[in-house]
Amino acid sequence: MQIIVNGEDLTVSEGIKLIDLLLKKDLNPEKVVVELNLNVIPFSEFEVVMLKDGDKVEILNFVGGG
Amino acid sequence: MDDYLEIGNEKLSSRLFTGSGKYHDDSIIPDVLKSSGSQVITVALRRVDLNAETNVMNHIPKETVLLPNTSGARNAEEAVRIARLARSAGCGDWIKIEVIPDNRYLMPDGHETVKATEILAKEGFVVLPYVNADLIIAKQLESAGAAAVMPLGSAIGSNRGFRTEEIVRIIIEDVNLPIIVDAGIGKPSDAVRAMEMGAAACLVNTAIAVADDPVLMGKAFGNAVKAGREGFLAGPGAQKLNASASSPLTGFLDE
Repeated sequence: MQIIVNGEDLTVSEGIKLIDLLLKKDLNPEKVVVELNLNVIPFSEFEVVMLKDGDKVEILNFVGGG
Repeated sequence: MDDYLEIGNEKLSSRLFTGSGKYHDDSIIPDVLKSSGSQVITVALRRVDLNAETNVMNHIPKETVLLPNTSGARNAEEAVRIARLARSAGCGDWIKIEVIPDNRYLMPDGHETVKATEILAKEGFVVLPYVNADLIIAKQLESAGAAAVMPLGSAIGSNRGFRTEEIVRIIIEDVNLPIIVDAGIGKPSDAVRAMEMGAAACLVNTAIAVADDPVLMGKAFGNAVKAGREGFLAGPGAQKLNASASSPLTGFLDE
């Protein structure tokens, strides 16, 4: 199925969980924040939320700033 | 002397807030925090960079109060969206609202900042809004539930110093919140001036990060903020137009 991650198209398997997507991208789930279809997904739900075709995911982290 | 700055649930002994951007090497950030005594550091929120070797958070000691900013937001709605994401990281409730529609001067949109403040204050955020030095906007932020007001000293990253003194003085006088001069502070003497007039704190990023010796510059700024604050608390004497001798003008030798 097709999802959009940080503005880019990505093909993933059906039923993939959010945490699987993060691990697939070599990301540490404890160091990112996630928005799914404009909703903030708390860390506690990363293992629970299942992605669907057409989902828009934003994965962000803190960087240097003033 | 007990002179804590109380914001949200924090009781801060340092009145210098520092930024984490623009360092040649992020690994000196903990050394800067140590040399400066700063207990609050700002960060930004961006899409993950899969090529990035390390994360700035690896260099921020866990006892540091984190102040994420909403940089990137061009209106209140975007600021609120970024703030909620930042909070979901679980590093606290503080948020610096930065709503900047202009890329050349990086000037903040005061109206949108007030709107975002109202929404986020109601959601329990500790809101520190970054704005231009404007008394009316500052008073609106106070009514909207801000925990402080952060008027700019001059344009972000410009090192042009504390140029908004005239209005900041009025804001300090008339708004009953900590006033934190943020942006453009270029030298320790700028921070001294801000603190001497009664500012609650200063936020410095560029001036420290781009100095030849950021750790030493951090120390200088830490001292400057303390000196200015103590000068303010000590109650300086009035200025005079005439001279006023330090010793009696009588009893000289050979009168």
